[in-house]
Amino acid sequence: MRDAKLELVGATVRFGGRAVLDSVGLDVAEHEIVSVLGPSGSGKSTLLRVVAGLQPLDEGRVFLDGRDLHGVPAHKRGVGLMFQDHQLFPQRDVGGNVAFGLRMHGESKGQQAVRVRELLDLVGLPGARERAVASLSGGEQQRVALARALAPRPRLLMLDEPLGQLDRSLRERLVVELRQLFGELGTTVLAVTHDQGEAFALADRVVVMRDGRIAQSGTPLEVWQRPADAFVARFLGFENVTAATVSGEAADTPWGKLPVPSDARQGEVDLLVRPAGVRLVPAAEGLRCTVAARTFRGTHVAVRLQPEGAPWLEAACALRDAPETGDEVGVAFDAAEIVVLGGARGA
Amino acid sequence: MAVPVAFFGLFFAYPVAAITARGLKIDGVWRFGRIGDVLAQSDIRHVLWFTTWQALASTALTLLIALPGAYVFARFDFRGKQVLRAVVTVPFVLPTVVVGTAFLALLGRGGLLDELWGVRLDTTVWAILLAHVFFNYAVVVRTVGGLWSQLDPRQEEAARVLGASRFAAWRRVTLPALGPAVAAAALMVFLFTFTSFGVVQILGGPTFSTLEVEIYRQTSEIFDLSTAAVLTLVQFVAVGAILAVHAWTVRRRETALRLVDASVTARRPRGGGQWALLVAVLATIAVLLVLPLAVLVERSLDAPGFGYYKALTSDEGGIFLVPPIEAVGNSLQYALAATAIALLIGGLAAAALTRRDAGRLVRGFDALLMLPLGVSAVTVGFGFLIALDKPPLDLRSTWILVPLAQALVGVPFVVRTMLPVLRAVDGRLREAAAVLGASPWRVWREVDLPMVRRALLIAAGFAFAVSLGEFGATVFIARPDNPTLPVAVARLLGRAGELNYGQAMALSTILMVVCAVALLVLERLRTDRTGEF
Repeated sequence: MRDAKLELVGATVRFGGRAVLDSVGLDVAEHEIVSVLGPSGSGKSTLLRVVAGLQPLDEGRVFLDGRDLHGVPAHKRGVGLMFQDHQLFPQRDVGGNVAFGLRMHGESKGQQAVRVRELLDLVGLPGARERAVASLSGGEQQRVALARALAPRPRLLMLDEPLGQLDRSLRERLVVELRQLFGELGTTVLAVTHDQGEAFALADRVVVMRDGRIAQSGTPLEVWQRPADAFVARFLGFENVTAATVSGEAADTPWGKLPVPSDARQGEVDLLVRPAGVRLVPAAEGLRCTVAARTFRGTHVAVRLQPEGAPWLEAACALRDAPETGDEVGVAFDAAEIVVLGGARGA
Repeated sequence: MAVPVAFFGLFFAYPVAAITARGLKIDGVWRFGRIGDVLAQSDIRHVLWFTTWQALASTALTLLIALPGAYVFARFDFRGKQVLRAVVTVPFVLPTVVVGTAFLALLGRGGLLDELWGVRLDTTVWAILLAHVFFNYAVVVRTVGGLWSQLDPRQEEAARVLGASRFAAWRRVTLPALGPAVAAAALMVFLFTFTSFGVVQILGGPTFSTLEVEIYRQTSEIFDLSTAAVLTLVQFVAVGAILAVHAWTVRRRETALRLVDASVTARRPRGGGQWALLVAVLATIAVLLVLPLAVLVERSLDAPGFGYYKALTSDEGGIFLVPPIEAVGNSLQYALAATAIALLIGGLAAAALTRRDAGRLVRGFDALLMLPLGVSAVTVGFGFLIALDKPPLDLRSTWILVPLAQALVGVPFVVRTMLPVLRAVDGRLREAAAVLGASPWRVWREVDLPMVRRALLIAAGFAFAVSLGEFGATVFIARPDNPTLPVAVARLLGRAGELNYGQAMALSTILMVVCAVALLVLERLRTDRTGEF
């Protein structure tokens, strides 16, 4: 008996010679919420389809509750999947959609009615049972899709870009609701998304994928603080990533000698300088830069700095300190905000 | 996939090949020289020439008369439009024999025009051309008008704003968008008229003969199988070429047009010009489409006290072994069986064609399915007789032979109607059902069936109407004691005498009413997603 609720071992899927999933290993523990994060084409949707039984594996194994799912068809796996654009059945009303899985599992009409009411209450749509699917807003459709997926009490719930099509404010509200709901129900969840904010807000653990492989796995805080490599750092939105040579407590970069923590890995590495680690000083001191652009970000101003003969740098400044476009400034670096990235150089 | 392929192999390719081989293989040796010999005969060359030019003339005339109709149906909103749309579609599903009879009643000896002004057109090519227009008016209105009504009028408005005159905007913007649809409709009309049988058989007299009629004459009257085989091959090649061009234009039609909901593009006619156009189109429909049918009904009632209808119930005429009225029951039974077969085969084929992993081979089958529409029905019928008479496939004496032949013509309609709807079902909806615990069969029942139910009914109606009116193949294989309606009409027309003529009119009327009812039921069911007809 294996411990993990869901376990993938060496899962590989090839489309015409190209590996969409390349020997992926992944464990999801009981009651854990795992978010798979990656750009489009990284294989994250294929991962869900493999677990759901909609996509056969070329190599590897999938275990659910310790049982090998090889050869088990989709309708007998007992997992739930919420599709990217919901895929509600257009010819059925809301109740018919939520009850669908219960009907397939042969529950009585009475049980179905009770469970449908329970779930519609749970997702915040009481009394919507007889509404037509076409009359629902995007957010309501999302709730119905969630109720439908939860109704047969799946052993594992999978979400494919669950909030993808909703507008920003609704997304931010729903992601909190979802996390609360899953916590109360004790649901084991595997979600995929391309939106880092969504992944970090929803998940206990984040798995970053790239080209069919897992690039990093960890808690949201770990991944945010110590991106595994240059790819993950850039994917998370960090701009100041560069190749560097570390010797002692200094790194040689296009921006000059930068201080690094004393325990930093030595030699040829990739280096991340967080925007907060780029401090503005008078033009005479530090690295001389021209302010190329500034973007108001609400809590701070992102300033794009162009040093002479080096890649541009992004700095985060408080609003009152932010320089004007065209100003000449100097830049100093803060060792605490500089991360030597793991993984192969130039990844 | 295997079932439709086997069906077509056994009941289409095999009989056609058998009859062709019978004609061209003399003493076990292929005589391809016969092809040259036959084509060198002046009367055969005459038939080829006539077949081609009458088809071209019919197509041109149909476009000329029906394109304004397509415009009116697409862009104008007027009272009774829905009913009128159904009315113009009725002729398309009418059996060719009925169409021929109706025009005989209008233009023939003792016909309406003859009585009024002494004008007879039944010995001229005009009768054939007008009957072909009657028959194919709906093809143009549906194919071209359907697309026209979905073209965004704002495209033309954009051109106007950019400085184009009203005509220039139409010519530069609308016409190029419609072009492929017009071409597709023209090809369909050309195909139908090129292989025209019933109409020409009845209206052509001894002077005019199409390839199809000539094949029938050569096989059933002169018994010159090798000439018939050569003509079949010629027609086969011609039809294959037409279908290839058709498939190409249909594909082009699908390219990136911005379509809008048809209901928002039509508006009430404005100004004298538009009203005049509307009235002209309505008048054309009245004279060309409604009048022949009205005359047909009127002639069938000519005898006092429904005399012709009563005569149908007696077997005194001696043409058949049974009273002619029994043909109604036969026809309905055959058509129902044929519909069931066509739905089964066509449904399986459409399902196979929809599968996402369908390869080139399967998609090629798509085009092949259209072939029975154009291949000589006479050949198929005769091929059935000579190919399916030996064990293990001795079907010659069984009733199933007729529905099988009729289903061949119904299948293309079923596939055309089902394909667009099946293709529109999102594959992930099926996956959603599977993940929720539905077995593949449940998925089909719960997801696909509710969506295709209407299309299925429409396909069934088309297959039914087409089977009911099938004449070319049935005339060969229907047994004398079990005639179908079109066969009975043709036999009655072939006899002299007032009573036979009147009975033919009466039977045609019955056939027309059955077809029209089937169609009107369909028209109520029709979805927005019309098929490719």
